[in-house]
Amino acid sequence: MPKLKTEEIQVNFGPQHPSMHGVLYLKVTLDGEVITAADPVIGYLHRSMEKIFENRTYAQCIAIIDRADYMSAYFNEMAFVSAVEKLMEVDVPLRAEYLRVILMELNRIQNHALLYGTLGMDLGAVTPVFYGQREREKIFDLFELAAGYRMHPNYFRVGGVKEDVPEEFLTGTAKFCDNFAGWLEEYNTLLTGNEIFRVRTRGVGKIDPTWAINAGITGPLLRASGFKWDLRKNDPYSIYDQFDFEVPVGTQGDAFDAFWIRMAEMEQSLRIVKQALSKLPDGPIKAKVPLNVRPPKGEAYARIESPRGESAVYIVSDGSNKPYRVKVRAPSFLHIGCLPDMLRGQLVADAIALVGVVDIVMGEVDR
Amino acid sequence: MDSGAIIGMITLKGVLALAIGIVNIVIFIYMERKVIADMQVRFGPMRVGPHGTLQPIADVIKLLAKEDIVPAAADRLLFILAPFIAFVPAFMLYLTIPISENLVVADLPLGIFYLFGILTVVPVSVLIAGWSSHSKYALLGGLRGAAQQISYEIPLLASILGVIMLTGSFSLVDIVKAQQVPLIKLGAFTILPRWFIFLQPFGFLFYFTAALADTQRTPFDMPEAESELVQGYNTEYSSIKFALFFLGEYSNALIISALSVIIFFGGWSGFGPIPGVVWFFLKTYVFVYFIIWLRSTLPRIRIDQLMDMGWKILLPLTLVNIIVTGFLMIGR
Repeated sequence: MPKLKTEEIQVNFGPQHPSMHGVLYLKVTLDGEVITAADPVIGYLHRSMEKIFENRTYAQCIAIIDRADYMSAYFNEMAFVSAVEKLMEVDVPLRAEYLRVILMELNRIQNHALLYGTLGMDLGAVTPVFYGQREREKIFDLFELAAGYRMHPNYFRVGGVKEDVPEEFLTGTAKFCDNFAGWLEEYNTLLTGNEIFRVRTRGVGKIDPTWAINAGITGPLLRASGFKWDLRKNDPYSIYDQFDFEVPVGTQGDAFDAFWIRMAEMEQSLRIVKQALSKLPDGPIKAKVPLNVRPPKGEAYARIESPRGESAVYIVSDGSNKPYRVKVRAPSFLHIGCLPDMLRGQLVADAIALVGVVDIVMGEVDR
Repeated sequence: MDSGAIIGMITLKGVLALAIGIVNIVIFIYMERKVIADMQVRFGPMRVGPHGTLQPIADVIKLLAKEDIVPAAADRLLFILAPFIAFVPAFMLYLTIPISENLVVADLPLGIFYLFGILTVVPVSVLIAGWSSHSKYALLGGLRGAAQQISYEIPLLASILGVIMLTGSFSLVDIVKAQQVPLIKLGAFTILPRWFIFLQPFGFLFYFTAALADTQRTPFDMPEAESELVQGYNTEYSSIKFALFFLGEYSNALIISALSVIIFFGGWSGFGPIPGVVWFFLKTYVFVYFIIWLRSTLPRIRIDQLMDMGWKILLPLTLVNIIVTGFLMIGR
């Protein structure tokens, strides 16, 4: 029987499209409902961030790098600050490290709560996004207490944090931790356990660990494929070796695993926050480092496990108070490069779920 | 009666049906916004009127005030025609809906055939809208919508054939009347009325699933899959034309709820001194609530899974249901 040939059409998803996250623009070639080629177009959010760094002092850079991955600002700050600290060989006081960990893990919860909502939205469930948003709001309130700002806190400093947190932050975080387990339960009842959701995500966009490693995929996506790789365990930075937590690993590498890992990570982050709160020591919150730092000549590379994958900053210093060159390794940028391979042969509806589960933040891609 | 009076009567009845339809759709829209808002931990409309009760009216006025755009590349005639093809049949359906024993515009002897005959016009409008818009999103949405509706109309009709077999009539009034006798009696007390939900439970299940798919409500709102196709077949529509599509869709969902009540839940029959009209609307709005509840809870299933379900699962099951009903009737 001769194969029926249908005309291929090109459809644009984005940069203004209800399903696309941020300003992601996918040029998709469709054969019926099947994608034959997908071509991501980037650059709609380019702000020359890396060039701007070269003309700003290190303290100013922290405020700017907040805007790279705008959903998880603390991780950007952490990567940058650790790189400078490596360069200057500063010992960060323990209280500052604990505060950083608490804020970063809260940020991870916040980020995954957003993914939970948007993925639900991508799959046609309208309610999860409001549930995710409700918890994010509470976390942003905590951020506001700690740093004074909600999304772009500018709170970490070279050698510590900006200022000590108020008492309400600690009680508020403890209260949040008590309540969040119940909210997570709600999340799972509403979406994770849903039969339609499972049918939509199981077996969709399977990732092979070897391919994922070769493609530079890190973070929850890599772990979904079954490869256990978490920098918090494999290359402990800050004080992560002092906490007791698990690294959830998927088995099939499909969209459901990638989603489930996010849900499991929220649980683990909650564990870390609880432990950090109970062990939070007193003491100084900043090493004796001036605000206007002048790191010695040299270069340093610091990598951390951000909610999206391996986020890193590479700094070259010429000894002045401004970096000579800053390179940001953004996990989203590498993931977006894998999209054409991941989407080829998928149905349009699955592609939307896959883009949702890859969790791309355009601010980080374009920088 | 002279011919003028007859025409007057017919017009009056038509206007009455239209009015009942529109009023209920307005309630439906308001209810949908409020119920979904409640399930999504927010308030919903609060500003227009007390608790936002006038919001649907404000919505319609807003839609009417918008610029009516016809895309330059669109097929002008079809583009303008499509919303009317969606809207007019949707309101023609109200003519046969028996709200109570006497409150029915036209009790057609083939009422159910009439209803489903009219419902088959809807995919035509979806297809025309999708095709004439000259937009890829609309085209994909239109094709999806038409395919979906055509494949679910068969199980939809087949699922209620069992009821028709038990009643022996296609008239909706007869179907309700057949449900007013008691099924289980304890002395003079009716414990269980002879509602067809008790005789045809699977029939109802199939009917409701197929009906949701046929009216494109969640989890089968494929043609409007926002995340994939922007707005589906009505992407390019604005102003009054969009409003007509919008009203048509809500009208269909309302009809589906009303039909569930009439065919499976005893129509206007109830108990106590409460009049039948109240019972009818009460039951209908329980189903409306259920539809809204589904919308706020469920994700959307994929188009190929939807087609599989329609042809490979639902259709055979409804046919089995008919056969089993037939055997049971012979056995009795």
